[in-house]
Formats: sequence, C-alpha cells, structure tokens
Amino acid sequence: MMKGFDPILSGAVVALLIIGALLVYAATRSWYGALGLDPQYYLKRHILNILIGIVLAFGTTVIDYRLLRAYTPVVWGVGVLGLLAVLIPGIGSTINGARAWISLPGGFQVQPAELAKISIIIGISMVLSERLHDRDEPTHKDVAQALAIAAIPIVLILLQPDMGTVMIISASVVTMIAVSGAPSRWVVGLLLVALLGGFAAIKVGVVSEYQLKRLQSFVDPTVDPQSSGYQLRQSRITIGSGGVIGTGLFDGPQTNGRFVPEQQTDFIFTVAGEELGFLGSSVILILFLVILLRGLRIARRSQDLFGRLVCIGVIAWFAFQTFENIGMTMGLMPMTGVPLPFISYGGSSMFANLIGIGLLQNVHARQRG
Amino acid sequence: MNQRSRLSLLVMQTLIISLMLALLGRLFYLQIGAGPKYRDAALSIQSRDIANPATRGLIVDSSGVPLALNRVGLAVTVDRSIVDRQVDKGAAVLARTAKLLGLTYTDVYRQTRLCGELPQADQGGCWTGTRYQPIPITKDADPSTAFAIVERADLFPGIDAMPVAVRNYPGLAGVNAAHVLGYVGPLTESDLITASGNRYYRSESIGKAGLEFQYDSFLRGKPGVRTVIVDRKESVMRQSQNTKSVPGDHVVTSLDVRLQAATENALADAVARARVGGYRADSGAAIVMDVKTGRVLSIASYPTYDPNIWEKGLTVQQAKDLFSDAKGVPALSRALQGQYAPASTFKIVSLVAAANAGYNLKATYSCPASVTVGNLDFQNFESKSQGTITMKNAIAISCDTIWYQIAYDEWVRDGGLSPKSNLNDYFFAAARGFQVAQKTRIDLPSEASGRLPDRQWRTDWYNENKNYFCNYQTRAKKNQLTPFLIALAKENCIDGDKIRGGDAVNFSIGQGDTVITPLKLAQMYVAIANGGTIWQPTVAQAIVKTDGILVKEIKPQVLGKLPAMKSTLVFLRDALREVVVSGTAATSFAGFPIAVSGKTGTAEVFGLNADGSKKDNTAWFASYAPSDKPRYAVVMMVSQGGFGSSTSAVGVRKIYEALFGVVGSTIDPAKAIFPSGRPPTKLPKISATTKVNTP
Repeated sequence: MMKGFDPILSGAVVALLIIGALLVYAATRSWYGALGLDPQYYLKRHILNILIGIVLAFGTTVIDYRLLRAYTPVVWGVGVLGLLAVLIPGIGSTINGARAWISLPGGFQVQPAELAKISIIIGISMVLSERLHDRDEPTHKDVAQALAIAAIPIVLILLQPDMGTVMIISASVVTMIAVSGAPSRWVVGLLLVALLGGFAAIKVGVVSEYQLKRLQSFVDPTVDPQSSGYQLRQSRITIGSGGVIGTGLFDGPQTNGRFVPEQQTDFIFTVAGEELGFLGSSVILILFLVILLRGLRIARRSQDLFGRLVCIGVIAWFAFQTFENIGMTMGLMPMTGVPLPFISYGGSSMFANLIGIGLLQNVHARQRG
Repeated sequence: MNQRSRLSLLVMQTLIISLMLALLGRLFYLQIGAGPKYRDAALSIQSRDIANPATRGLIVDSSGVPLALNRVGLAVTVDRSIVDRQVDKGAAVLARTAKLLGLTYTDVYRQTRLCGELPQADQGGCWTGTRYQPIPITKDADPSTAFAIVERADLFPGIDAMPVAVRNYPGLAGVNAAHVLGYVGPLTESDLITASGNRYYRSESIGKAGLEFQYDSFLRGKPGVRTVIVDRKESVMRQSQNTKSVPGDHVVTSLDVRLQAATENALADAVARARVGGYRADSGAAIVMDVKTGRVLSIASYPTYDPNIWEKGLTVQQAKDLFSDAKGVPALSRALQGQYAPASTFKIVSLVAAANAGYNLKATYSCPASVTVGNLDFQNFESKSQGTITMKNAIAISCDTIWYQIAYDEWVRDGGLSPKSNLNDYFFAAARGFQVAQKTRIDLPSEASGRLPDRQWRTDWYNENKNYFCNYQTRAKKNQLTPFLIALAKENCIDGDKIRGGDAVNFSIGQGDTVITPLKLAQMYVAIANGGTIWQPTVAQAIVKTDGILVKEIKPQVLGKLPAMKSTLVFLRDALREVVVSGTAATSFAGFPIAVSGKTGTAEVFGLNADGSKKDNTAWFASYAPSDKPRYAVVMMVSQGGFGSSTSAVGVRKIYEALFGVVGSTIDPAKAIFPSGRPPTKLPKISATTKVNTP
C-alpha cells in the first residue's frame, strides 16, 4: 500500500545539501581562519542544522498527511504565535533592519517567518479543499477564508518587516488559489492587488528606507555604492569571474577575500558561481529543477485536493524563493533577504525547507501504486 | 482533478521551467558572455600594485656636474587612515609632531589635508596625493627626531619615520637654477587622469616643472611593482607578481654650473644696483645661448627660491610666498614666462623692415627732438635732437625719431586709416619673419609667446573689447575715469580696429602693444649673430642611460631664416658693434677686452604698481660676442630696472667677464669657462660625485 519516498526527489535534495555544506564551508573557512577562530565553525553548525532538518522531515512523513489536516489549526496557530512573539521587544531581535529573530539560549536563533510558510500552506490547503457544498471548485467564500488565513501571518511578517518572505508567501498563496480551481477572477484580482500593494507600499513608506535602498540599487547600482549597490556589484563580479569551470572549490579570491557580504547566507550562490563556474552552478540549477518537477509530479498524482494543494504550495514557495535568491545574486531580481533553499546557512530556513520536502514525500508515500 | 486545475498545473510547470531557464541564461551571460569583463573587475578589486619608485635619473651640466641628484632623507609621514580615527581627529598627535619638528600646527594640519578639503581660495601647502598613502610632512628630518617618533610610538600613533629617496639640488658652484630645473612632487588625481598611456603609481613622484617635468618620462624610470592580492579589509592574502625597478635615465644639459651661477649673480647684482639707483627692479631674467647651435648655456630668473624647499616640506608661508605679488611671484620664470615691451632692442626688426622697404642704410637721416603724428607729438628719447646722422649712428645712439618718420611714411604708403588691398606692411612682415608672436619652442614647459600687434591682432582685440570702450563711462572702475583714459576709450571705440599712425610709430621702437619674452629676444639676437638662422633653444642635449649608453640626442631645430638680405645683416652687426663702441652701451663696456655687439632698450611701461606709484622702465641689453666670430648671445632684462645701459648692459658685461675669464681689462684664458672658446661637444661622464672644475 505505501509507495515509499520518491528516490529522485530525495537524491536531488541530498545532493544540494552536500553542495550547500561545501559552499558554506568555502564561504567561511578562510574568514574564520584569518580571525583565529575555528574555520569549521559554520560547517559544523550547518551540518547540525541539516541533521535536525532531516529528522524533522522524517517526522513530517510519519503521520499520514490526511490525518495532519486535523492538526491544521494547531500548526497555523503556533505559526502566528511565533510571529507575534518576534514583534515583542525583548523577545525578538533585529538584524539588518528587520525584527525577524527570536534568540534562544545557546546562541541559537529562530526565524518564525520561515516556519510560518508551512503553517500558511497547510492552512490554505485545508480551507480550499474542504467541501461543505456540492461544487467541485472552491467558492468565493472559500477563497475569502483562505485569504484571511494567509493575511494574518502576512501582516505580522510585514510588521517585522520582511518583504522578501511576504513576496514569496504571496506568490505561493496566489498559485495555490489558481490551482485549486477557484474562479479566475480571484487570480487576476490578487495579482493586481499585489502589484498595487507593492507600489503603494513604496509610496506610503511602509517599505523602510533600508528596503527602498535595496530596491533602488537594483535599478541603479550607483545609488548607494557603499552598501546594497556595492553588494550587488560585488555579487555579480564574483559570479562572473568564475567563468566556465570556476576557480576551484576553496580557491575563489573574491570569496576568500570576503568581498561579498553575507556570503554564507543570502549570497551563497556567488560562492558556487566563482569557485564552481558555469558548469557547477548549472548543476545546482538543474538539481533545483529536478526537485520542482518531481514535486509537481507528486502534486499531479495526489489522490486528493488537500495533498495536491500542499504540494503546490511547497513547490511554488521553493520555486519563487530559488528564483528570487539566485536572480538577486545575478542582478535579475531586486535585493531582498531570502536564503537559497537547502544551500544557505541558517537553521530555521533549513528546517522549513526539509519539512517542506517531508510534506512532498508524505503525499508521495500515500499515493496508490 | 478538474480541467482548470490540470491546466493550472501545466501553466505552473511551464512557469517553473521558464524561471529556471531564465536563471540559466543569465548565468551563461555573466560567466561566459561577460566573464572576461568580470574577471578583470574582480582582479582590480583584489589586486593592489605596490610600487617601489625607481631611482630618478640625474640632471647634469655639460661637463657632468650634477644639478639634480638623489639623497637618502628621513621622512616623517602621517597616516590619515589612522589619525582620522582618533577621537580628536588627530589634533593632539599632529600638534605633538609639529612641536617636535619645529613647525606650527597649522603647517602640519594643512600639509596633511587633501587639496579638496581646504577652501578653494586658500589651498596653499595642501597634499596633492591621496588619503591612502602616508603623507610626508618632511623628507629631511634629523635622525634624533625620527628616533623620537619611532621609539615613542604610543605618543605618535599614525606618525612614522622612514628613509626615503629625496630629490636634491646640490647647488654646486653656488648655482640655484630653480626655474630651469623645476621640482618633483607627489602625483595628483589629474596626473593620473591625463596620463595617456603612462602608467603611474600613487607612491611615485613626478616632475612638476622645468626639466624635471619636461623629461619626466626619462628621468622617472620604471618603478618596481609588487602585486598583492588583498581582502576586503585590505590585508594582504598573497603576493602574485614582482618586477624590479629600472632606474631613470640621466639628462645631460648644455648648461654650465659656473656660467649659470655667474648669470644668476650678475642678474641679482643688476637688480641690486638698480634698486640702489632708486628703481623698483621687481624682477629680471638673463640668458646665455650658443649662437651656432641654439643651445642654452645658462638661464636665470629673478626673484628665485630654494629648489630644495619642496622636498624639505613646504610650509604654508613658503607655498604662499612662491606665488605672492609682494614677493615678486618667485615661482614665475621671467626668462620664458615674462612678457615685456622690447623697446629699442626691437630696432633690429625695424632696420630689417626699412632695408626691405628700400631705405638706403648708408644714407643720413634727421633725428629731431620730436615728430608730430596726427595731433600727437612723439618725443625722441630724452627729447634731444641729434641733427642729421647716419643710420649706423642712429642705431648706436638709439634715435627714435628716425623710426617714427619711416614708420609713419610707410603707414601712409599703406593707405593710413583706409588700408590698401596690397599692403606692404614692411614692419609687421619683418616682425613675423623674426617669429615675434611664436614661442621659441624651448624644451621647458609653460613658455609664453610674444605678442605682435599687427592688423589681424588689432581687429581681434577690437572685437573683444569694443563693448567695453564704447561704454567706458559705465563699465570702467571709478579710479579709471580719468580724462585721459576716457579720451583713450573714446578713440578706441571709434577706430580701435585700425592700425593708427601712432600704433605704427610705437611699433617701430618696440613700444605699444608689442611684448616678448627675454628668451625670444635672445633667440632673435642669436639669429642676427649667426647670419640669420632662427634656432629652437634647447637646454637638454642628451638622455643617457645609467650604463652610459646614449638613449636620445636632443638637437635644436632650425625654425626659420631671418627675412633679411645678407647686406642688411652685415650692416646691422656693424651697427650693433657701434652701440658698444660709441653708442648707448659704450660706458658700460669701457675697457672691455672682448669685442661685444649689442643693443640697449629702455621700455616705458604703462600702468601703476600696487602702491600707486608709476612703473619704472624695463631695462634691456641684448648682445652677442665676440663681435667678429660670434659664439655667445647674452640677454638681460630687469623689470622696472631703469636704463638698459646702466642696469642691464653692466650686468651682461659681468656675465661676459665670467664667460671669457676677463679680470678688469685683461683676459685670463685659464679663467674662461670654455677655454677652447666653445662649449664642450662631447658628452661628459655622468656621476653624482663629479666636482666643479674651478677655472
């Protein structure tokens, strides 16, 4: 009866995890070494994160996802509570202009927004797949409910503010609504709202100066040469200088010279660009494509709408976040602080990503062979 | 699954593939399409070239005596990147350093500011380099000072002392030569930008003026470069390249230190004598040229300054003084940058013009006390009538009125105020033939050209100024509204575009709007002396490698021939000899054992000094010797120096005394600077330790 896990999906994820660990090590070893600290500090923590993440992923696959539906309100509630907590001064701490972190004892930090992605996906999937009426498609009322479920955490994330995460969640939500078979008016309408909202946010000043600078420097890198423009320029130069085969792992002078700030997190792809070149970086892109397409396959074969929507939510989230992150490092997308799934250093993100994979495998495992 | 969901999944799949393809395409563009560009950019971010400046070549005189060499000095430097981070922005440390070096805090403060950090109008003493290199306060500290700084590093954070190569002008034989040698200094931003093809490094010094500037590309050599790879915090990660420095080539000049020193002394002496005589004598210049080759044997300008002050570390006051009017703007090289009315020395041009116009040089002409042109009386010099005299005598005693008449007649013949279409313009043509308005093309920077106020110049001048003259009452300053100036402006407004009779008359005696540099006059007299060849004056004669191999010979160019018949030149040389025998320079050269030919000039200067006093005359003497076989041309000019004969001719005599070894009225050939009678033709052996050969 149980189909087991999709081995191609697992294989691609494990490959990315290994590449990611190497890149995090490459980004931090000479930096920490030069400071007289343990060069493997980041590597060790990163591996620990991966191991915890894998345990969480397995945990996610244990219970049949259809039973998971029952816990949806709890999952959603915990997510919202985390987001509320982070806004309370004294609990949440501010990094890079966003109050997005909860510091835990032992130097660990949790980013509730990462985990809230799961809560929102599961919450919306439940609402859109619940059929209290005869119709096959969600009604206007269902869609409105789904939006409400998404809106509360989104508003809380906006308050941090973390525009990157808001963008990715919004994109996933719209995709899920579209796939659920909801009236296409909703889809078109939501896209319009997103556009107008972004425009208004900049106009009214909801977007902080810090974020505006990042967006402006995407358009014109000379606006703020010392900070975000500098980062974007360095990022592009670092990737570009890698050429076809790259400088070789651990041998990138741009990386070893720490010319790209935050390179082990948001700008991890530049390490691949410089040290692994076009060939190595393409492999990473292909691995992502494999994960996304396998995920879509699982969604398509899902026995029920709930499972399918969960898969779609996860896939959309991965797809947009990957595109946003890599696109940003190459100057295709504006600069927002989102990590690259499976690769960037960062516990919360790693946990959320692997839980996401767990969800996909859960749905896959319960398909009928 | 309903139809729309299926469709949505398909759309999503397409979207995901497109997004990934977009990333792949961009990756391809960045890494393969634009890869080389980004590799270069990355390299420029990571690599730092540390230049170890090459030893600068020497500048030596024609017998190998060094005029400029290198010495090891102790530099005291300020590192702005450290000092600026101190709580008081380095005030305490800079004050302590200033006290130790015996300087004022203001001096040290200003020396360590980038020029852009000081107000536009008051940047004297500022640092022309960048913030990222140690800024030297002095390169010549004494060792005890340096030890005090190095040993008490806690008291002097950001201050360092280190040995550096210092450009040194040893001043052998008492020579100064500040203007001709120039000086070296740190690179400025604009040097980096205008350096077409030249690769400069920030730590290098480059020539800023004089020969140091002119031949910088040879003198500088190639710095040794160590390329290092740095990280974002500029700490060195590894070393990648290392090239050795190549020392700069030497410049051999045609100058002679002894003659240069004698020329400077004679000039200073002339200035001093003029001052004793009650003249202001604010500045002057003197030049000695080889008439056969056009080479410059000495060239001096007054006032001057110590050429070593730049490397010692200029104080603010010193920097200001170099350009201050009160100090006579010592930075200005009068010999090639000063423009003065040539007065009677210009009569060589008028004589050539008269001969070309067909005037009989053997005939006699009347030299009245004054000549009336239009409604103005033009006076003879000192308003004396000399009766009817020969043309030769007219040159000898410097009669002006003969020239007034000839110039006026020629002006009338050319149509006067309504010029004919086929103009002869003998005077302007002769001046053009002497290349009066062109630069001499000496191998020194920033030469000024003369001004030849011919018809074209006057038309251009009028078009530029007619609005001013025609609205003089409203535009002029209050103190310029004198009846004379108002009348002059009115006249200029009406026919300022035309050569008037008065202009023609003034031109013939080198007054009016005609100005030339002393060097230009020397070039003109060289041509008279050598039979009509106009030479480009040159100071350098060769560039020689440190191993003695000739890199480049610098040969003066022939720039033209004088527009004079041979007979005219013969007559002119005869007349110029007569000046010294019986004419205006006779007293000055009384009893001089070498036959000298020359011409005095005493130019009236329009305008007032800063204190309101009327400007004194410019004193000129232009000459060559020996008269029968000319070899040297000597010109001296003293601005506001009074009479050409008493001030400058006496000065020139002193230069000839040194040149020929004259003591009183006798010649001691052993004391002559060039015992063979001509400057050395062989290139000397070059060594920093070559001694002056005292005759």
